[in-house]
Amino acid sequence: MTDAALKRFERPSALAFLGYILGVSIIFWCLAGAGFSLEKVASAPPRFADFASRAFPPNLEPDVLVRLGWKMVETLQIAVAGAVIGVILSVPVALVAARGLIAAPWANQIVRTTLGFIRAVPDIAWALVFVVAVGLGPFAGMLAIVIDTIGFCGRFFADDMEATERGPAESLTATGARKIDVVACATIPAALPAFISTSLYALEKAMRSSTILGLVGAGGIGIELKVGFDLFDYPTAMTVILMIAVVVIGIEQLSGWTRTKIIGEQR
Amino acid sequence: MTDLVVTKRAAPLAQSEPTGAAFAPVSPVDIEARGVTKHFGKTKVFSDVSFRLARGEAVALVGANGTGKSTLLRCLMGLIPVTGGNVHLLGQQTDTSGAAALRQLRAKAGLVSQKHNLVPRLSVLSNVVHGLLGKHPGMRHWSHTLAPQSSPAAALHALERVGLGEFAGRRADRLSGGQSQRVAIARAIVGAPKVLFADEPCASLDPAAGEDVMDLFFRLVRDEGVTVVFTSHNVAHALRYGDRVLGLAQGRMQLDATAASLSAEDLRGLYD
Repeated sequence: MTDAALKRFERPSALAFLGYILGVSIIFWCLAGAGFSLEKVASAPPRFADFASRAFPPNLEPDVLVRLGWKMVETLQIAVAGAVIGVILSVPVALVAARGLIAAPWANQIVRTTLGFIRAVPDIAWALVFVVAVGLGPFAGMLAIVIDTIGFCGRFFADDMEATERGPAESLTATGARKIDVVACATIPAALPAFISTSLYALEKAMRSSTILGLVGAGGIGIELKVGFDLFDYPTAMTVILMIAVVVIGIEQLSGWTRTKIIGEQR
Repeated sequence: MTDLVVTKRAAPLAQSEPTGAAFAPVSPVDIEARGVTKHFGKTKVFSDVSFRLARGEAVALVGANGTGKSTLLRCLMGLIPVTGGNVHLLGQQTDTSGAAALRQLRAKAGLVSQKHNLVPRLSVLSNVVHGLLGKHPGMRHWSHTLAPQSSPAAALHALERVGLGEFAGRRADRLSGGQSQRVAIARAIVGAPKVLFADEPCASLDPAAGEDVMDLFFRLVRDEGVTVVFTSHNVAHALRYGDRVLGLAQGRMQLDATAASLSAEDLRGLYD
């Protein structure tokens, strides 16, 4: 056996051993904090089966389906409007956030820190803030999606532009073009496939977010889910869950297909 | 190699008297480097590089990899700052010019890079129209469809001069390497520059395509009396297309001689 092979079987140092112990301890500490209980895990299947038996069959009454359908449409509207406005606003934000493009390093840092703050706050918390600011309803939800999309797309658009090849930009700079012209004619076209991909992910994310914003009164189908559980109307709640699953999966499929059609063929 | 320099240089380069006296230009001086030094951090690229280029001269800049040929080109264009010395481009000192003045200056110059540097997703015509952005800044020149009629017309004319008029509507990433480099030349000449810089313009092409591109490039620019500075590892190109050859080695300008006075064997000494 070679020395290298033998080395693999050497005992860990005392320090490494302490590190392993510490790592395992942290995991157990987290499990305790999360209320992990094997007893509850063991008792969950019968309770879940009880819920399933009361939730199935889902409520498919026509008037319920129509009401939930319109709520689903509202949810889609919140997601699409919020994502589209968010993506549009993300472009100028990203231009300032991207290093070495048009803004000074201090401006890059300020915008990147702000985007980090936006991402750190969950979308449901933004929805609560906007419910306070503009009142209950879908507009608050849409604003929450807008701000969440800016946090997501602003950061990734900036990274995408920073990662583009510098050659075309240098060639245009060499002709005397202004920075903004160079960005518009070389940097953004080069980053466009990544922009499209990120925007489609943002739409998927917005769709998932918009389904739960109703829990805090920010519009969409989430409120129906909350009411269903609050009133123990599990068949209707199950209908809502299934509708959300179908629409979210549908949007993801559509987004994937669009991504392949636009980016896959043009790259 | 140093022996080569001493024997071939027309006159010793002195900091106070830039460029070889034998080449003292009678035409206006388009480019002048005075004791140009460039460092990247603690890494010294070259020091005390001085020369003058007269209007209409074609100058080959040769030297082994890492000697700073491309860096010198970028310093001459004011794309990167010099560490020491100064550069005068078309009579204007680049390092003391403000951003707007530098842009106006660059609008009179053009660059053809080793890689064509076209924007792949855009049409060939839009790529060439972008060569006019220095002279016509603003949104109207972001696309050939928005630009005033004279600009796409000029771009089409430039494309016809490089033999690619019928490719105007094609996407840039659908072209071969040689065609792409021709479009890059069209983009560089569309604004009728007074000075053209070419950084190993045929290095990424096969030998036949490279010869075509170099022939075309020099046919176009020599007729117009454009001052050309090009870098090349191809000794034959340096001697065939350059009136003068400047050689960088060991962080210094080691050679400044007329192409006619040099042989291929002389230049190979720079790569030893």
